[in-house]
Amino acid sequence: MSQQTAPATERKASAETPAVRLTGITKRFPGVVANKDVSLSVRRGTVHAVVGENGAGKSTLMKILYGMQRPDEGTIELDGVPVSFSSPADAIKAGIGMVHQHFKLADNFTVLENVVLGSEPTSGGRLDVAAASRRIREISDRYGLDVDPDPLVEDLGVGERQRVEILKVLYRGARTLILDEPTAVLVPQEVEELFGALRELTSEGLTVVFISHKLDEVLSVADEITVIRRGTTVGTVLPKDTTPRKLAELMVGSELPSPETRESTVTDRAVLQVENLSVRDRDGRAVVDDVSFAIHAGEVLGIAGVEGNGQSELVDAIMGIRPATGRVVLDGVDISEESTRRRREAGVAFVPEDRMRQGLLLESPLWENRILGHQTLPPNANGVLVDRRHARTDTERIVREYDVRTPSIEVKASALSGGNQQKLIVGREMSGDPKLLLAAHPTRGVDVGAQAAIWDHLRRARAEGLAVLLVSADLDELIGLSDTLRVILRGRFVADADPATVTPEELGSAMTGAGTGTAPAAPSSRPGGHGLVGTGTTGTGDAASETAAEGGEE
Amino acid sequence: MSRFDLRRIGLALAAPVMALVVSVVLVSVVLLVAGHDPVDAFRQMWEFGTQGPQLVNILNKSASYYLAALAVAIGFRMNLFNIGVDGQYQLAAMLAAVLGAAVTLPGPLHVLFIVVVAAVVGALWAGIAGVLKVYRGVSEVISTIMLNFIGGALVAWMLTPQVFANLSNNIVKTPDIPSSGWFPGFSFGDNGTVYGFIIVSALVGIAYWFVLSRTRFGFDLRATGLSESAAVASGVGVRRMVMSAMLLSGAVAGLVGMPLLLGESHSFGQDFPAGIGFVGIAIALLGRNNPIGIAFASLLWSFLDVSNQILDLLGIPKEIVTIMQGTIVLAVVVAYEFTRRLALASEQRRVAAQLGGSLEGDATPPVPAGTGAA
Amino acid sequence: MATAVSTPPAGPAQATPARRLLPVWVRPALIWAGILILLSLTRWISGAQDITSSGTAGAALRLAVPILLAGMAGLWSERAGVVNIGIEGMMVLGAWCGAYVALDHGPWAGIVAGAIGGALGGLLHAIATVTFGVDHIVSGVAINLLGPGIARFLSSVVFTNREGGGVTQSPQVPQPSTFTVPGLSDGLASIEKHHLLVISDLAGILGGLVTNVSWMTVLAIVLVPATAFVLWRTRFGLRLRSCGENPWAAESLGVNVYRYKYLGVVSSGAFGGLAGAFLSLVASNYYREGQTGGRGFIGLAAMIFGNWRPGGLLAGAGLFGFTDALQLRQGETSVHALFLALALGLAALGAWWLYRRRTLQGVIALLAAAGSLALYLFTDTVPQQFTQTTPYVTTLLVLALASQRLRMPKADGLPYRRGTAS
Repeated sequence: MSQQTAPATERKASAETPAVRLTGITKRFPGVVANKDVSLSVRRGTVHAVVGENGAGKSTLMKILYGMQRPDEGTIELDGVPVSFSSPADAIKAGIGMVHQHFKLADNFTVLENVVLGSEPTSGGRLDVAAASRRIREISDRYGLDVDPDPLVEDLGVGERQRVEILKVLYRGARTLILDEPTAVLVPQEVEELFGALRELTSEGLTVVFISHKLDEVLSVADEITVIRRGTTVGTVLPKDTTPRKLAELMVGSELPSPETRESTVTDRAVLQVENLSVRDRDGRAVVDDVSFAIHAGEVLGIAGVEGNGQSELVDAIMGIRPATGRVVLDGVDISEESTRRRREAGVAFVPEDRMRQGLLLESPLWENRILGHQTLPPNANGVLVDRRHARTDTERIVREYDVRTPSIEVKASALSGGNQQKLIVGREMSGDPKLLLAAHPTRGVDVGAQAAIWDHLRRARAEGLAVLLVSADLDELIGLSDTLRVILRGRFVADADPATVTPEELGSAMTGAGTGTAPAAPSSRPGGHGLVGTGTTGTGDAASETAAEGGEE
Repeated sequence: MSRFDLRRIGLALAAPVMALVVSVVLVSVVLLVAGHDPVDAFRQMWEFGTQGPQLVNILNKSASYYLAALAVAIGFRMNLFNIGVDGQYQLAAMLAAVLGAAVTLPGPLHVLFIVVVAAVVGALWAGIAGVLKVYRGVSEVISTIMLNFIGGALVAWMLTPQVFANLSNNIVKTPDIPSSGWFPGFSFGDNGTVYGFIIVSALVGIAYWFVLSRTRFGFDLRATGLSESAAVASGVGVRRMVMSAMLLSGAVAGLVGMPLLLGESHSFGQDFPAGIGFVGIAIALLGRNNPIGIAFASLLWSFLDVSNQILDLLGIPKEIVTIMQGTIVLAVVVAYEFTRRLALASEQRRVAAQLGGSLEGDATPPVPAGTGAA
Repeated sequence: MATAVSTPPAGPAQATPARRLLPVWVRPALIWAGILILLSLTRWISGAQDITSSGTAGAALRLAVPILLAGMAGLWSERAGVVNIGIEGMMVLGAWCGAYVALDHGPWAGIVAGAIGGALGGLLHAIATVTFGVDHIVSGVAINLLGPGIARFLSSVVFTNREGGGVTQSPQVPQPSTFTVPGLSDGLASIEKHHLLVISDLAGILGGLVTNVSWMTVLAIVLVPATAFVLWRTRFGLRLRSCGENPWAAESLGVNVYRYKYLGVVSSGAFGGLAGAFLSLVASNYYREGQTGGRGFIGLAAMIFGNWRPGGLLAGAGLFGFTDALQLRQGETSVHALFLALALGLAALGAWWLYRRRTLQGVIALLAAAGSLALYLFTDTVPQQFTQTTPYVTTLLVLALASQRLRMPKADGLPYRRGTAS
């Protein structure tokens, strides 16, 4: 049953009544239960974080709160009043504003045009630009957002664009803001600016709901934290009562896998040597800054870093998809000038970050997807022709060996679930005996079962001498699979970690460059959990990163 | 055949059939409103169109239409729009006629020479658009249209007595190609002669199928059309691909005038047919870029073109057929979009059902359609 | 699918108006003055008096209007995110409907009918692309096929039994009236006769613009600032443009994207219809098959030339109208003289670029100037067939050279369905 929701300004906000209360929310999609009996209570004037793994149900919950989805069961109360939204417009009217992870801004419009779209002030039939400009400046000053209405959005940096998104919702009178993974695209300094802005907002009495899976950030900015796992709430804690490790355990639901000592399969033979690799963006800034490293046969080199610090560009450069300067040597042969096709033929395999855009032809059958990336080599090709018969039989082999759940190989790739698509891709890339595998977020968006299977395959290939470059945002994956672990920040490697001893929180700290500023200590002088060594400057005066991170308090 | 194949064929046919039905219905309504009997009209068209001379005519027209549609389809498979087939084939036919009349070679060589000239000219003209696209990012839609007009002007200029043409029997045309440059046809007595080049057209169709579905190059081409980002990650050089596709498309376009030139007219004159390029686009859409589909569509289109003559006798405006053709095009693309979404959704459901489990939350959203590049 | 222009990364943003050092109008004014001087010099050197005559200017205006209206049709549609290459078809419908209604109800009723006829074509395009998600180019091609077919069919039903009409043309139709500004027209004509440098040229051009001008021309020109106002200064316009820039952003803010796309495309059709009506009612006094002559595409070229803005579009239409007028009147000599103008202009541009240290561009421009000069000196006239290609060649040049600075609406041509935001 829906009730008209009163505009935000008219509701009395009492200190006791939570600004937002979700009770018993359940939402089902065909075949999956996204949210089950979720309860959330957010106090007014606080920053409340909602954490959970990918696929835990956080996004669905927020979409419900924002009116983009309707819950199958449960209630939403704003300041004690039950409400029901049939569209985002209703939520906006009720004072809820959503700042999306993927910004919804028109590059060719000015900030002002983007902000007022849909709620334009008019005077006599014309857009009242002056009034809008005034209001925007007013809001920007009041909440310390430092947003200027005149520039084109395309000229703004990422952090500024995010603040424009925030201003968009404030302009519409939002009293409760939902931020969806806001720091995913920010560099550490921008993260600090954002957190500062959030504190301003709450000091003015606004409420912020903050979705994330970055535990250390959450701990530093949130007043309260709710953990969601597999679609339900598992607990609400205060930052001072918890540690990243405990939070992580709540999120994952079990003891974190303690990195076990395993047999090293690392050999002496360097399969990949990268020297002075740099990638520049349109403005000439180095997104990959003079990077050098080597990967040996049987070694998995893991690269940890917050998204947007150059790891995607690094992988693209090694694949030859992105122009770069520097040298790339594969098994002794310089492939720096070679095309992507030649690199693949030379033995480089690639599991891309975005499987739907880069890894698959969604409207083609599976066996054609098997050919993709390997068109010039057997069993897919026979001279100039495509060898359909062998491609088909090989696809069936991959389906068997990699447990790709599909009724047949004639099915279109788009009909498979994400996990099965990824298994197919991994299977395809591992076939043909590659020397080097570039795996970017190989288990992103993949169900737990498929994830374990993919890890297994990677380990086995590694034992047989494959060299792997692993880029991932999943710290467990990195720690569990890597032989060598490096942290990338602003295009440079800034720290080395020992996967056998480092903890996720240490790694997380290094990734955000928010070290603790202590003096460097000898690497092995402290027992337990001290596996991180700084390797150099980050280049922009971030003094803290020079140090080794402290061992976590257990 | 597995169940999948039958269902897929059914779905593939559904769209053109639907489109045909829609346009027949629409045209019938218009006829009724204008006071004519649609059933009678269609019957007369059928009876007329299936007579000997008309059948010959239909085959001859199809020979050109088929090539034009193939040229367009090569582009479509790469998500490129070669709207310049008109300009390409006119220039190609003109220059091939001029050069063909200027040399003397033994029989088969002479014909080969003419054909090669035509293909090369067509390829080069399309290549201009390709270069502009690859190096300057200019949309091939606009550039090929502009090149159409420029090509037409070039042809008009060359078709003057000062340049390459002569005035003969009140028609300005190029000198005749000697008989060593003629392509023998299939004579059906009084009914007429079917152009021998129709065999070549069919062969080009087979080559089109073979290259696209059986060769590595064809795989790369289709992949680029389906998902450029995936193709790049798989090692395809996109610039080379775009150039190759435009050149190939232009080369096939250049052949469009050959059936007529080599089989009947033996010179290029003011009365050389125009507008075949746009017909090619319609046919490629109707046939969904599939060589067999295009063949049927060419025949259908030619049939409509030829059989509408009879409508004059019935006092029905022939233009009704043009409307029918236009409606078919619009209806077929709408229908294709429809059936494509249906097919996708139904396949996803079927796969989920057969696996007996859940589609995980990240089911793939529908991919926006192109021109039936599949 | 291929969108109209896949632009390479754009250069640095333009300075916002508030921060300019000079008033906004200074730069365009300087450019126009420069062009005037250029043309004047060319006339003086080459002796091609017709370049800046009032006859040419008047003809240029007349020829520019359909291109202008067609370009506006393209603008309205593409600003809403829908590529419309079916403008030709919509123009045919407009020309036909305009003539048909004007026959019995007078020219202005015809103009309205033309707009409606074109709008119906636009509606069809909108239904196909917005509701059914058909590829924009394909739908446009289909409408270009349908338009003439429908017109021909209707002609055979309606015009064949009327005096002077037939399957391919209508009987004569009444035309909207023209006006001449009394004192101004004669005064300017007399100044023109003196053949003074620059002054007479200016007089010639202005004279052509105030002599025998059709009221529909006035309408067309007025629609330019009207469009600019509506699209850039009203709420409606902002929302419509947002559908062409980022429909998902608009959707998330409660804008009904489908509705605005429809409105944009139907308006586009109406403009196309007006362009056609102009052709059948003003440029001539009957409807004839093939009247549109590719102007739909030239209009698109003018739109691109004008960087999807009404002011630039007007300039582009003017340019194309001018070259068209030249080649129609004393084609051979006038267009030949244009080579000289091109040489002078490129030389000036090259010198400017060298001064600004853009060495490579400056050298290329100077080389091109030399080439153009050579063409001028070593040929006498340009064959008529080539002069007709001026708009098309110009379009290609503009596209090829200026693609960096062009700023197409960002979501132009992209398929959009509600609820597909990430």
